[in-house]
Order: sequence, then structure tokens, then C-alpha cells
Amino acid sequence: MAVSESEQRRGVVAVIEPGGHKLPLSMAGPGAMGKTGYWRTQRPVVNYERCTGCYLCWLYCPDNVIEMVPGKGPRGQDIPVIDYDYCKGCGVCAAVCPVKAIDMVDESKFLAKEKEEGDGNA
Amino acid sequence: MAVNIKKLPKKPYVIPGHAACPGCPESMGFKYLGMALGDKAVVVIPAGCSSVIQGLWPRQGFGLPILNIVFAAAASTASGLARALKRRGVDAQVVVWAGDGGTADIGFQALSAAAERGEDIIYICVDNEAYMNTGIQRSGLTPYGAWTTTTHTGKKQFKKPMPQIVAAHRVPYVATASVGYPWDFIAKLKKAASIRGFKYIHLHAPCPVGWRFDPSLTAKIAQLAVETGAWILYEYENGKLRLNPPSNRLIDPKKRKPIEEYLKLQGRFRHLKPEDIEMIKKEIETNWEDIIRALKIQGDL
Ligand SMILES: Cc1ncc(C[n+]2csc(CCOP(=O)(O)OP(=O)(O)O)c2C)c(N)n1
Ligand code: SF4
Ligand code: SF4
Ligand code: SF4
Repeated sequence: MAVSESEQRRGVVAVIEPGGHKLPLSMAGPGAMGKTGYWRTQRPVVNYERCTGCYLCWLYCPDNVIEMVPGKGPRGQDIPVIDYDYCKGCGVCAAVCPVKAIDMVDESKFLAKEKEEGDGNA
Repeated sequence: MAVNIKKLPKKPYVIPGHAACPGCPESMGFKYLGMALGDKAVVVIPAGCSSVIQGLWPRQGFGLPILNIVFAAAASTASGLARALKRRGVDAQVVVWAGDGGTADIGFQALSAAAERGEDIIYICVDNEAYMNTGIQRSGLTPYGAWTTTTHTGKKQFKKPMPQIVAAHRVPYVATASVGYPWDFIAKLKKAASIRGFKYIHLHAPCPVGWRFDPSLTAKIAQLAVETGAWILYEYENGKLRLNPPSNRLIDPKKRKPIEEYLKLQGRFRHLKPEDIEMIKKEIETNWEDIIRALKIQGDL
């Protein structure tokens, strides 16, 4: 029994061992535990005026939710952009930032605002 | 081998939405593993937090091929895998990614046997100093004085000297590392991958859940462990010992930060009495004396 390409892409079943059985195989992809941004009680907010583009927050973020965008800062510096769908709000980024450019802000403030605007993201 | 942070690979080897607790040192460390070895790495993971962090089928939170395996078989599975891939002409680097319990206690015999056989693998002990995945039980790598759910009044024994035990197998490469110093860990991984035979890296990995500290402090506590001298960065290359920065500047105890700065941030040490802190200081001094003695014998000090 062959494994179809679409089956492989969905990561539902992927390999056939010699006996001809389809075996479940997990495929790398975002959200293995769902939108982990739901776990967050504090939100990291970057002050791009202050950020020097040193990459340390990007390096240390345990959830790898920070992307460095080249040259997009107010002084042409590379800047971190955080994916709030998955950021767990641990605060590691804020603790390692050498210029204190990241503030941890109570998540409830954003939830109230998002409710007002009808955008229930996090 | 200097590491330029901005030039590290951007490809995600730890993928957002995995199952680790906020501030997890194991997912932090796994990122560096991917950055250092890239797509060549094939990883064997015995039971532990990193088995769970990967999340639920059909998704996978680590972006490398992973073989999840029972505790006792991690190093032997990796041995067979490395030999089979070599025979099939696959250019891969097989890595064991095991916890401190999986390394110093349950997987110890397979690790020792693979080291003795000289298998061409990198064995990484991700040391969060207790069995975290099952709820913070003490292991052979829990330090003196630390509270765990099986050492309510603090552990009474010292940490097993794993790097020295593996080095005594006369393998070509043994190193310590810390999630607080990713550039050092990445450089050591790259060096290990360039050496044939058995390589061992012992990664210090402070866990906010088991050590009872705020999850924002994972990297800072890892750095404090080194700055206070409680964790020492060094490597043995073909038996020759070398201290790595910043530990190479901390031979003189006066250059180190007071150990209290490290201990006071962690709930697992909250109950310590002054005499316990003295015992911890003594343990640290003994570790440094061993290093200094070895450097003197080599004629490097
Ligand atoms: C033989 C065996 N005994 C016990 C367990 C239960 N178990 C699963 S994970 C774990 C803890 C592992 O601790 P460690 O190796 O330190 O890794 P960590 O979870 O801290 O990453 C235990 C005891 C098991 N899976 N197999
Ligand atoms: S709060 Fe934690 S998960 Fe969120 S961006 Fe910062 S380091 Fe990453
Ligand atoms: S650590 Fe701070 S200064 Fe460095 S890139 Fe991140 S926000 Fe900017
Ligand atoms: S218990 Fe510690 S090591 Fe385990 S997943 Fe949570 S933070 Fe990571």
C-alpha cells in the first residue's frame, strides 16, 4: 500500500515498513500543542526606538517565536518581530535584552482592547 | 571557533507551538543544537521532558529527525543508527539528547559501553539537575542541598562528576556547556562533529519549574552558575584539559560572584542553612581544585 503525497504532506501517515503497514509519523510544523499564545499572561512589547538589533532576544527565545527583520528599525537596524500566536510570555527575551528594549505588559490589557476591536487573536 | 550570532542559521529547528513550559532550557538548548549541526543531525531522545516537548502526533515541535526510545537504550540505539547510516552512505551526525536522569542514572551503562566501543556519536546530557518530566525527583546529578520532591530537606549527596567519568573512558572529546552561553555550546558542537569517535557534551540547563525561579531568568541563572563558579566551562580534547571563557578567568575565587547570588534566586535552595551553603562552597572548591590540579600536571598552570 503506497502512501499518497497528500497523506505525507498532512503528516497523517508517512512510511511503510517492510511488512507493508502504514506507520504514523509526526511531521515538523507549528502548533504541535496548538496556539500556545493562549498560555501567555504577560506580553513582551518591543520598543523599537531603543532596540539596537543585537539579536540576543532572538537567540535565547526558547519558543523560537522571534523573527529578525533586516533593516526595518527606525535607525535602519534589524529588529525582532514576535509571533504572538505562539509566544508563551516567559520573559526570557526581556531579561536578556542588554538595553531593556522589551517590556513585559499584563496580557489582560491587550485582551480588553482586542475584545473592543473584535479581534480575538490571543 | 568564534560564533557570529547574526550569521547563525535562521532555519527553525525548534518550532513555535511546542509543548515545553515557558522559559524551558531544553527547547532553548535544542535550538542551538540545530543551529550548530543543521540538517545533518539525527537525534535519539530517551524519555524525559524533550520527548514531551515535541508535542502530539501528527505534528512535531523539533525540526530534526527524531527517534524516541526507552531510557536504557539511548546510546546503544544511537550506536546502531550511526553504523547503519554510515554503511548506507548517509552523511549524518547521530546525536543523543538525554536528561540528567537518563544520563547519570538509567542510561549510564549504555553510555559507558558506547564510549568504550568508541562509537561515532555525540552524546549530550541536558542537565536540569532532576527528573523533571515526572515531577522533580532527585537524580545523580542533583546538587547538594537542592530540594526535590524526593529530597524534602535538601539532597545530602554531591553531584556525580559525569564529564570526568566519561573522560576517564579516554574518548577524544568531552566538554561542558551552558544554555547561558549559546556561542560556546554551538562552537563545541561544531568541534565535536568534526571529530570521529565518541563525543560527550554536558549542557547545564536551569529549569524554572524544578528549580523554582521565574521563567524569565533561565538564561540569567545559567550565566550566574558560571559567573559564581558553580558550573565550570571546560573541554577535554584527546585528554588535554582547557578552561573556556569566562571560566578561564575565574580560577581565582575572588574573581567569582558570591554563590549566594545564584542560590537566592532559586526556591529549591530556600531552606538552606549557613552550614549547607558552606558545604556547597566546599563542593565548588573541590571541583575547581580538580581542574587546577589537572592543569598543573599538564604544565598549563
Ligand atoms: C525505565 C523507565 N523508568 C521510568 C520512566 C518514567 N520517566 C519518564 S521521563 C522521566 C524523567 C526523566 O528525567 P531526566 O532524564 O532527568 O530528563 P528531564 O525530564 O529532566 O528532561 C521518568 C522517570 C520511564 N519512562 N522509563
Ligand atoms: S516572552 Fe518568551 S516566548 Fe515570548 S518572545 Fe519572549 S522569549 Fe520568546
Ligand atoms: S535583545 Fe533588545 S536590543 Fe537586542 S535585538 Fe532584542 S530587543 Fe533589540
Ligand atoms: S519541566 Fe523544565 S525542562 Fe521540563 S519542559 Fe518544563 S521547563 Fe522544560
